[in-house]
Amino acid sequence: MATKVIMPKLSPTMEEGQISRWLKKEGDKVSMGEPLAEIDTDKATMEMQALGNGVLRKILINEGQSAPLGQLIAVIAEPDEDIASVLSEAPASQPQEQKKQEQAPAPEQPQAQPQPQAKAAAATGAVPSRVDNGRQPQPAAISDSGRVIVSPLAARMAAEAGIDLRSLQGSGPGGRIIKKDIEAALTQPKPAPAAPAYPRIVETTRFQQAGASAYRDEPATQIRQTIAKRLVTSLGPVPHFFLTTDIEMDRAAEMRRGINALDPDLKISINDVIIKVTAAALIQHPEVNASFQEKFVRYYEHADIGVAVAIEDGLITPVVRAADQKSLSQIAAEVRELAERARSKRLKPEEYTGATFSISNLGMFGIDEFTAVINPPEGAILAVGAMTPKPVVRDNEIVIRQIMRVTMSCDHRVIDGATGAKFLQTFKKILENPLYLVV
Amino acid sequence: MSTITIREALNQALREELARDETVFLMGEEVAEYDGAYKVTKGLLHEFGSKRVIDTPITELGFAGLGVGAAMAGLRPVIEFMTFNFSILATDQIINSAAKMLYMSGGQFKIPIVFRGPGGSAFQVSSQHSQALESWYAYFPGLKVVMPSTPADAKGLLKSSIRDDDPVIFIEQERMYGNKGEVPDDPDFTVPLGVADVKREGKDVTIVARSLMVPLALKAAETLEQQGVSCEVIDPRTIRPLDIDTIVESVKKTNRVVIAEESHPHFGVSAEISAEIMERAFDYLDAPVKRVSGADVPMPYAKNLENLAIPDVNRIVAAVREVAYLD
Repeated sequence: MATKVIMPKLSPTMEEGQISRWLKKEGDKVSMGEPLAEIDTDKATMEMQALGNGVLRKILINEGQSAPLGQLIAVIAEPDEDIASVLSEAPASQPQEQKKQEQAPAPEQPQAQPQPQAKAAAATGAVPSRVDNGRQPQPAAISDSGRVIVSPLAARMAAEAGIDLRSLQGSGPGGRIIKKDIEAALTQPKPAPAAPAYPRIVETTRFQQAGASAYRDEPATQIRQTIAKRLVTSLGPVPHFFLTTDIEMDRAAEMRRGINALDPDLKISINDVIIKVTAAALIQHPEVNASFQEKFVRYYEHADIGVAVAIEDGLITPVVRAADQKSLSQIAAEVRELAERARSKRLKPEEYTGATFSISNLGMFGIDEFTAVINPPEGAILAVGAMTPKPVVRDNEIVIRQIMRVTMSCDHRVIDGATGAKFLQTFKKILENPLYLVV
Repeated sequence: MSTITIREALNQALREELARDETVFLMGEEVAEYDGAYKVTKGLLHEFGSKRVIDTPITELGFAGLGVGAAMAGLRPVIEFMTFNFSILATDQIINSAAKMLYMSGGQFKIPIVFRGPGGSAFQVSSQHSQALESWYAYFPGLKVVMPSTPADAKGLLKSSIRDDDPVIFIEQERMYGNKGEVPDDPDFTVPLGVADVKREGKDVTIVARSLMVPLALKAAETLEQQGVSCEVIDPRTIRPLDIDTIVESVKKTNRVVIAEESHPHFGVSAEISAEIMERAFDYLDAPVKRVSGADVPMPYAKNLENLAIPDVNRIVAAVREVAYLD
């Protein structure tokens, strides 16, 4: 029977996906589990696998085009099976449907002498049933009669979450999909196969009007749209305030040089030291390692540090888990590895979500100081500027010191001025005297 | 608070309302000299005299009709049926007169009457004296139907029923007269009609139970709690008007429902509740609504068969486990 390929949910915040590349052409044989397409989600490029056997009969969304979760994007069926009724459920706006239908190699009209297989398919319910009150129809494949058996609640939950019911095993009587099954599917993120990133083909258009500057319009990428959405939800409802301090980095820099001299393979950066010190300070100030959750404040036991990494078309914050419990060398190796995979878009959703505190460092761009936008629901973010030699007064004498300016953005709903200041004081104390790390 | 039986709570309600409003009077078989077949009217003849507490011949249709006439003339009769099994004889007056008079007179005649007495299953009195008739009366527009399950509800609901301007069918469970519970001492304590009571809060399964099934449902909930299932027990208390909103709110929380009742399963109160849940909370159901009802046979006389004909704690537990997908 026909298998409907729908836009799957591949990341926790994904609302629509863009087809990066089809790995099969119309007419190609596909079997269950085979890679079918690469999909650009809001965070990464992921592989989508086929959930049925047969021939890729119809592609409804072309490369570079997007579809919301749950929308029909292709159809897998027997070579001579009638898929007209399946296609009739696709939204009318889908491109080239009419044209391709005419070009399709196999007979698709039931009147055209149905083959034995087609008859059998019809008998087992090739026409999928609607299970969710006329919303986006879900594919049918579970029971012998071809119907998905699902409780009304589970059907509604699946439709809201964009879960393909056909991908689930029902645990209720007769294989009925129930609330528990949907909850299990929601807590179990789909495995993200490590798909290589392919350069996106972007349609760009140049415009020039008399007297005005030339400009070109590029379609906003998924990641750009997500950044926009996330930051608006931040500066809108999250009341930021900012705390800035100068930190004398001479000892930290010396410590880093010393450690790297011991073993050049360690390649510890100043940023790694900052991560380690931040984690140590957070454990001493749990009130800053916290998140405002409307009805409650969540305090974290460990310092999971999000590290902002610039990538080709945006930024992403891979998370160093429990940085408070890791050595400098572990942190350095982990950050390197995460950043590397972030740049090639191979991070799994659980690797870039759920930090308790974030660090953004623009020192390498020569930025002296800046303010960063909090990534909700985290309570704060530290913006780190460049380390530069500056004249400072010490013991009534002007001396040269390596000065680094940091600015912490705090969510005032959970962190108050004095609370943030005390944290920053500890942070500064440890970073200026890194021996505290071993005390 | 004082701890008293349902029998005593009903007696208090009658005494207080007789004292509060001189248009209230009691009438029925053995209600006066004999203190009532189940002693609910104990002492009231002595206290209020034979004009207010009146013994009748064995003539249910007759004294039910007298009551309707008295209500039309401005009194507030409380008509006792020795049991609701005998109310069957009076149904022409209850349904064709009491229930419809306000409507048929264009609002000129309100009928503030209470028909009360024991109903539901009794102990080994066989088919004609052991049956639940609430769905009959709840079927008719114009009637209110009340079924208390605790002494406090019995007292508060009976007082509200006597003060209500519509005919009320007030069904006391025959096996529960001796059940004890706390009742507020406040003489103005009442329980409003048409408001369900959450007898126990829970989150996994809603059990809707009334009358005799309420204590059984609460026991089942205790057993199930030890098995890790949290049950919410809702007692509608009034069958008509039915507080469906409270039930639906609970279903939206738990997604699963068991309705327990001692009446026959077909065309009954649980069928109505089930249909309303389907209409109002379809998208919240994770399992089909499950009914636990009395057997679809006339009540047997034999003790062993009688036990099988009435739902018990084990059957409620099994139904809850079924909708919770545990078995």
